[in-house]
Amino acid sequence: MRDGSLLLVLILLPFVGAVLAALLRPNARNTEAWLAGSVAGGGLLVTLFAYPQVSDGGVIRYVIPWIPSLGLSVTLRMDGFAWMFSLLITGIGLLVVLYARYYMSPQDPVARFYALLLTFMGAMLGVVLSGNLILLAVFWELTSIVSFLLIGYWHQNESARAGARMALTITGAGGLFLFLGLILLGRIAGTYDLDGVLKAGDVIRAHPLYSTVLVLVLAGALTKSAQFPFHFWLPNAMAAPTPVSAYLHSATMVKAGVFLLARFWPVLSGTPEWFTIVGIAGLSTLLLGAYFAIFQQDIKGLLAYSTISHLGLITALLSFGSPLAAVAAIFHMANHATFKASLFMAAGIIDHETGTRDMRKLSGLFRFMPYTATLAMVASAAMAGVPLLNGFLSKEMFFSEALEEHHETILDTIAPYVAVAAGAFAVAYSARFIYSVFFGPKPTDLPHMPHEPPRWMRFPVELLVVICVLVGVVPNLTIGPFLRSAVISVLGPDTPAYSLSVWHGVNLPLIMSIASILGGLALYWFLRRELKIDADGAPGMRGIDGQRVFERILVAVSWRGARIAESWLTTTRLQPQLRLVVALAVLAGAWAMAGSWHLVPPVNLHGLDPVLGALWAVGMVCSVAAAWSARDHRLSALILVGGTGLVTCMSFIWLSAPDLAVTQLLVEIVTTALILLGLRWLPKREGLPPRKLDLMARYRRGRDLLIAVLAGTGLAGLAYFAMLMPRPPSVGDYYLEHAYVDGGGTNVVNVILVDFRGFDTAFEIVVLAIVALSVFALLRRFRPAEDNLDRPFQQQEQDANDEVRRDREVGDTLKDYMLVPSVIMRWMFPAISLFAAYLFLRGHDLPGGGFAAGVTLAIGFLLQYLAGGARWVEERLRILPVRWIAVGLLFSIGTGLGAILFGYPYLTSWFQYVEIPFIGKMPAASVLVFDLGIFWLVVGAIVLVLVAIAHQSLRTRTRRSAAERQEAA
Amino acid sequence: MELVIALAIGVLTASGVWLILRPRTYQLVIGLALLSYAVNLFIFSMGRLRVNAPPILADGKHVDLSAYVDPVPQALVLTAIVISFATTALFLVILIVSRGLTGTDHVDGREPDR
Repeated sequence: MRDGSLLLVLILLPFVGAVLAALLRPNARNTEAWLAGSVAGGGLLVTLFAYPQVSDGGVIRYVIPWIPSLGLSVTLRMDGFAWMFSLLITGIGLLVVLYARYYMSPQDPVARFYALLLTFMGAMLGVVLSGNLILLAVFWELTSIVSFLLIGYWHQNESARAGARMALTITGAGGLFLFLGLILLGRIAGTYDLDGVLKAGDVIRAHPLYSTVLVLVLAGALTKSAQFPFHFWLPNAMAAPTPVSAYLHSATMVKAGVFLLARFWPVLSGTPEWFTIVGIAGLSTLLLGAYFAIFQQDIKGLLAYSTISHLGLITALLSFGSPLAAVAAIFHMANHATFKASLFMAAGIIDHETGTRDMRKLSGLFRFMPYTATLAMVASAAMAGVPLLNGFLSKEMFFSEALEEHHETILDTIAPYVAVAAGAFAVAYSARFIYSVFFGPKPTDLPHMPHEPPRWMRFPVELLVVICVLVGVVPNLTIGPFLRSAVISVLGPDTPAYSLSVWHGVNLPLIMSIASILGGLALYWFLRRELKIDADGAPGMRGIDGQRVFERILVAVSWRGARIAESWLTTTRLQPQLRLVVALAVLAGAWAMAGSWHLVPPVNLHGLDPVLGALWAVGMVCSVAAAWSARDHRLSALILVGGTGLVTCMSFIWLSAPDLAVTQLLVEIVTTALILLGLRWLPKREGLPPRKLDLMARYRRGRDLLIAVLAGTGLAGLAYFAMLMPRPPSVGDYYLEHAYVDGGGTNVVNVILVDFRGFDTAFEIVVLAIVALSVFALLRRFRPAEDNLDRPFQQQEQDANDEVRRDREVGDTLKDYMLVPSVIMRWMFPAISLFAAYLFLRGHDLPGGGFAAGVTLAIGFLLQYLAGGARWVEERLRILPVRWIAVGLLFSIGTGLGAILFGYPYLTSWFQYVEIPFIGKMPAASVLVFDLGIFWLVVGAIVLVLVAIAHQSLRTRTRRSAAERQEAA
Repeated sequence: MELVIALAIGVLTASGVWLILRPRTYQLVIGLALLSYAVNLFIFSMGRLRVNAPPILADGKHVDLSAYVDPVPQALVLTAIVISFATTALFLVILIVSRGLTGTDHVDGREPDR
């Protein structure tokens, strides 16, 4: 498969897996682990299979054009560097899945866990495999969001919620900056294609916006990789389950930042700005992270700060700007991922088997879990940079690069000292971790009796530690070729000669290594008693808490700042806002028309049609009267609006728009009925004394009237002049010519809706579905106002009448009320259903269609409500509105997908006339299925709204009787 | 014909705008309904007004373009009718819920302090 569809498989696999995982039972631990394991394993196999094509600087590309004119496409691109990351993501992903199977407890909802983990895997693969800047930004944000959900997985913990929120705020904000930076980068390079951008390095560095781009991209990369001063989200993210920490917060996601720095290293690096910003961030993070790590009491806290420090090391290497340093950076990315993931898993094992991660409580665990202890010790030694382990190799390279002179700046001069100091700190915290957890006296007050973990929980740690050792001992035989292809793909022809061998003779870097190891051990020796009883956090730094500063800023911005902005810039009152909107619209319209008065044709009265004129005289009177009476006489206003609607409807018939007339009429009926149902919940108006208008109120009304008249005059004038102008050529001609030939229908409006512009219609019904569901959700917890709790006045009178007359029971009048109409309405139901079917079937050729049919059937239900009341209908209602909405959506969207299966673009239609006995020739286009979906959805949506509103009257009754019972008791 | 429809659009717009600037939720809902008639008619009128020329083909294979009115504005208005129905339903329910929650039918959820 040289065509790159391999990449598509690789990237889709985790997302498909995530959907499947989400559908399983929440506690299906084994099935979930098998599923996620096969996905990760499959991804790993695909990655391995792709290697021959990316070794020696090869690139696999896969392009799905989306909007080529804007340079937007789904471009997947794998080179050696992306391959190395894909290997880390899928390989460590597989191990994490296995580990999580044993780590997660049976009470945890693992379906959510594995679904999110797989989504993350897909998003992270997307980041490294994106060949388009915009796609990269999208996947980047997706990793932030999934990370948020995973950190907050145990959302019952306050710390998990706070940590998740902080991580999202920091990395999400950084992602937005990155997005801006990438857009700018694309504009400067003239393409969003990654290959094009990578070639345009000189243009970009010479561009006046270079520093802006650099700052924006760095804002994204440094926040993601938890670099100083944005580092504090990472320790707080340790509230996540340990598999998540091992996967996201050590091996993959936090590497995305340094991945990006390395990816754009050929384009952005080498300038003084790059060296200064990236260098300061890298070196200070390296040193501070290591220093803070020594004083953590939580094992995961120690590891988190150590991760921050190691990421700082990689950043510092990338800042130097020399190719050899870039090689070391890439090498260290892989090394750090292996030893840190294994250490996190070991920390998780300790937590799992002892019940605590507090190093003040832990001690002497070697005698209980010698095997795990040995593994953790080897991994920590790699972290500290002990010879014959992988961490040593990249650290040596770092030392020798720190010694090199790159720029004549103070930063470059202090780099070797910072390197040795940070190295010593790293040895100190590694020694502390090992010594305080595994050695010393027996632990006293542990929640559980410690023991070795299950066999397969330990396996991932074993495997990673073996890799650490192998890479450390025989680097050229293990990672050598893979590192080479990764380096070539980043550096291209500039790839320097480098040596991976373990022994380079006695030289300055080796002496620095020895110095830092001895210094670190000495430091730990001095501090060890102190640390065992100390509080959490580094001395001198306890007061300065990044988290607190962050929370304060957040409060200031989101609460106080918002209030100030609100009081200065806007209002929460609706009327001034709407007035502003309308006034601006009027002004904008006047401004647009200002220069074109000479085009205005003379008003011509002889074309005035008397019948249409008379019709609209009624319509206009209705509309003004509705406006007049809407405040105090709601029912009359509703009837008057209906009158206007009917006149509109008749104009549609008159003016050659039968489809509009049908739809308008049907919608009119439903709207009126719904508003009628709603009227009951409004405060009573009758009996209020007529309000006296004071001067202010008169002024307000006058002003609003002026705005209204201006808006009306403007729109009327615009419409009039536009109608008198000759019609420019319209796309409508094309539709008219092709409606039958290509769409198979003679009703052109319907063909446009379900075929030519089917995509629009699909979204339109989605809107309808969303509205129906929102209505349902809004009304679920509805509480009527106190003065609406009583029965309607009319019902009270009817009941009173029953009570007075001896031959009647209370409720009889209500029951017999409208007896004849309700019988007719019940009998009408089959007829209406038949009419709906008729409208549906003729829709493609004559006015009608799925929407009209759906509304018609819904009106059938509505009539039953009028006839039988809410309770009667609810007892007999056989349709499940929510399910109908879902089925309708699936049908209409599924039909479109059907076209893709046959190799046509989405929503391509197919049609044929078929002969049905007794009915006649019938158009059987695939759009009929699409239309059927619309029909279903419309019925479901309207009935859902109807049920939701009508049901409220039943609910008040139960509420009221409950209140009465309480009073009686 | 054009003059009548233009006048109608004007009067409906004016009534609608006046209503949406009023303080009661019910006035707002009614105003939006009137405004949506006006806007629908406006969009519809952009296809020019013609009598007896519905875009329903007599002979689909040989189309005489001059015999039919432009179908595109009609398709747009059909969509607009559906969407305005949806918004009216949503606003109606917000009206009901806000009245239940706040006890008032003022658009701001509280009576102005006068």
